[in-house]
Amino acid sequence: MASATLISVLVTVGIVLSLLPTTFRLLGEITTQVFGTVWAPLFTPSQYGMAPLFTGTFIIVLIAMVIAIPIGLAAAIFLSDYATFNLRRIVKPILEILAGIPTVVLGLFGLYVVNPELVEKYWPIGEPLAYTAVGAGLMTGILIIPIIASVADDALSSVPRAMREAAYALGATRREVATKVVVNAGLSGVVAALILAFARAFGETTIALMVAGSYPKLSANPGDPMQTMASFIGFAGIGDAEVGSSAYNTIFLVGTVLFTVTLILNILGNRFISRFREAYE
Amino acid sequence: MSMISNQSQASKVATSEPKKGSNPMSSSTASRTPSEPLKFVDPVFTLKDVAVSYGDFIAVSDVNMQIPSHDITAFIGPSGCGKSTLLRTLNRTNDLIPGAKVHGSLFYHDADLYHPSASAVEVRRRIGMVFQKPNPFPKSIYENIAFGPKVNGRPKKSELDDIVEKSLKSAALWDEVKDRLNESALGLSGGQQQRLCIARSIAVEPEVILMDEPCSALDPIATLRIEELMAEIKKQYTIVIVTHNMQQAARVSSYTAFYVTEVNLTSDRRTGKLVEFNETKKIFSTPDDERTEAYVTGKMG
Amino acid sequence: MATTSTSLESRVSIDRRIKDFTFTTFLSISIVASLAFIFYIIYRLYNNAGYLLSWDLVRFFPSYDIDTAGFQSSIMGSIWVVGFATLFAVPVGVMTALYLEEFAGKRNRFTALIELNIQNLAGVPAVVFGLIGLAFIARGPLSWGFTVGSAAIVLGMLILPVIIIITREAIRAVPPSYKEGALALGSTHWQAVNKLVIPSAIPGTATGSILAVSRAMGESAPLLLLGALSFVTFNPTGLDSGFTILPLAIFKYASDSREEYQVLASAGSLILLAILFAMNLSAILLRDYTLRKRNV
Repeated sequence: MASATLISVLVTVGIVLSLLPTTFRLLGEITTQVFGTVWAPLFTPSQYGMAPLFTGTFIIVLIAMVIAIPIGLAAAIFLSDYATFNLRRIVKPILEILAGIPTVVLGLFGLYVVNPELVEKYWPIGEPLAYTAVGAGLMTGILIIPIIASVADDALSSVPRAMREAAYALGATRREVATKVVVNAGLSGVVAALILAFARAFGETTIALMVAGSYPKLSANPGDPMQTMASFIGFAGIGDAEVGSSAYNTIFLVGTVLFTVTLILNILGNRFISRFREAYE
Repeated sequence: MSMISNQSQASKVATSEPKKGSNPMSSSTASRTPSEPLKFVDPVFTLKDVAVSYGDFIAVSDVNMQIPSHDITAFIGPSGCGKSTLLRTLNRTNDLIPGAKVHGSLFYHDADLYHPSASAVEVRRRIGMVFQKPNPFPKSIYENIAFGPKVNGRPKKSELDDIVEKSLKSAALWDEVKDRLNESALGLSGGQQQRLCIARSIAVEPEVILMDEPCSALDPIATLRIEELMAEIKKQYTIVIVTHNMQQAARVSSYTAFYVTEVNLTSDRRTGKLVEFNETKKIFSTPDDERTEAYVTGKMG
Repeated sequence: MATTSTSLESRVSIDRRIKDFTFTTFLSISIVASLAFIFYIIYRLYNNAGYLLSWDLVRFFPSYDIDTAGFQSSIMGSIWVVGFATLFAVPVGVMTALYLEEFAGKRNRFTALIELNIQNLAGVPAVVFGLIGLAFIARGPLSWGFTVGSAAIVLGMLILPVIIIITREAIRAVPPSYKEGALALGSTHWQAVNKLVIPSAIPGTATGSILAVSRAMGESAPLLLLGALSFVTFNPTGLDSGFTILPLAIFKYASDSREEYQVLASAGSLILLAILFAMNLSAILLRDYTLRKRNV
């Protein structure tokens, strides 16, 4: 049985081992180029400027958070402070269903509905095409709403009733109690929710690939197609780059960055959750 | 000061439980049965046939009483007899519990507390509450006190500073914390936190302060300080306190209401009932009801 | 002393009331929008491809002729891959959870490290598991190639942390008094675990596993890297066979700009959603059934 446990350790070791050596090998070759602005590792001549990947990832994740934070927190506050017992029993499963929609389907919706009907028609800047970053951001936002909602709801629901009663006893309205006392008391849990959601959005491949396309455009306009780190990996992995070539190794290079960032975010997020649990349990 | 309109009756016709050894012919014993509650001039609360239920569990019923203003009234009785539940109906805190229902009529001065047009928010602003376990917000001392006034209005910073200082002084906490107002309230001792909670209530200028076993989580010295505080502030506020500790009730209150749990033998349901409501002096020396006597002399838990 | 009439009407100022109202409205809209979105997505999919739905879609294989195109190979591929992944992940996961909860020394460095490890693995993006697969399993030391076997291991690794976490919670939910009672009657630790803890934890574990498996069913990114995007017109023949999975079949059709393929992609989505719905429903029913049995 202990050996079974070791398998999980092996997995982690495996991840690290698979990523690091190729990364270092590759980095050795291309260090200076990484700071360029053109990302074309699979073409000849290859260019390795990672800037477009960073901006693409950043813009899409940012849009996702802008969408998901208000709605996710609204759902969490609704569940913890506004919903009756029966309402809660209905709404919680609904959020579970939302969480269960596969990313392919969300990507499909983004590609067939959001981009043509919403973005192409109404996006004010530039000329949006079939692939847009804002569409991918929107769908990724929908993807992470349930994460924010459930983690934040766990946190807010754990705030003791006595604290709410004290605030009510001072003549506060329900909104004031929820926003000025409960959220304040459950803040580390709420922060954890946001961090974990961010990490999830950061690593999302399929939606970005289907909705934002595979062209690593360096741009500040979300109406443009863009490539994220994760969608690059997906894209390059489909193709037939030669094993061991620099192009092949770039997949692992980007993978390392992705893994490192999400690892740090997840450790941070879990730290906030334990801090929260200590306070109220 | 309240005035009691004395309805003493020499005859014991109305007494359902004659006290052991009492002289039925004596005219100097004022007697009251639960059906003839003490009456006050301008009572703060008037309760008639009040009962509280959670679903089909009746926590307390048949409560008829008035609560006088600018004085301390204590609710005492064994645990589970619904005294906390009753206290919480006085400022509609029970509204927050799903399934809780209040029956009968509960008047605050001449206004029906549970009338559809009565605003619970307004009720709670006027009738504050201090809880058993001190529960300061996880904010600074200043922010704890300032919360109430800020929510209820838009005071300027200078006004707010004044309010904070005044409230902390009224709660006898100012001297101890005046140099660390911006520190977290959670760093205070239990007794200090409870005084902070009292100061927090005072800051919104209520008329009544309800206290639900405020000292049960505190050590004897802290308890004493709170009791002194209560005696001080009763000049300005009406206080209703629920307490497990009958010596405390005897020490601080002017009027005491005693409750018991009655078991319905057929349904095995327990319901709290008001047994006797009287001047504290009387409850602890010559109570009318033998159950009261049993409790205050320690014969009954 | 004359008393003035008391009024308990709300004295909440207008701006507070407006804020209260706006806030409540915003909350309600958020919840309703979330619910509505689920229905809207299904509505749009059905609108697009509802007419195409028939058992033919399940019977046929992918083809360039839309009248005879179907999803059989990808559905079977999904079943094979997810099936083997479950076979791998559930025993390993359950044993790990048992070990951590019952037999490991509490609170020593080793177990703390492992727990941290599992928490982190649960948050690793799916693609990265594909990268391991690519580096070590499909190529590299194992070199199993782009086969069902490789995919099963990769997917298994992906759901392993989730199963461990869920099983641990199921085990923790068993009241310690059960175990203590057994020990007090003279049973060994292992006997108590075997006869009491495990059976009590089975319902929670089973429900959780079904949910983890349904998640594996919907994954697309890791297997993109493992060759599952190819145009596969046959069902898997063994662990060493080529394959494709339903989410990627959908992906493939969606990448084609011809309208017939877009309709196929929508139809495939509906099938995938139906399968996931069925799995989740069975998990819920299983949980309710076992809860009811327990409370009898």
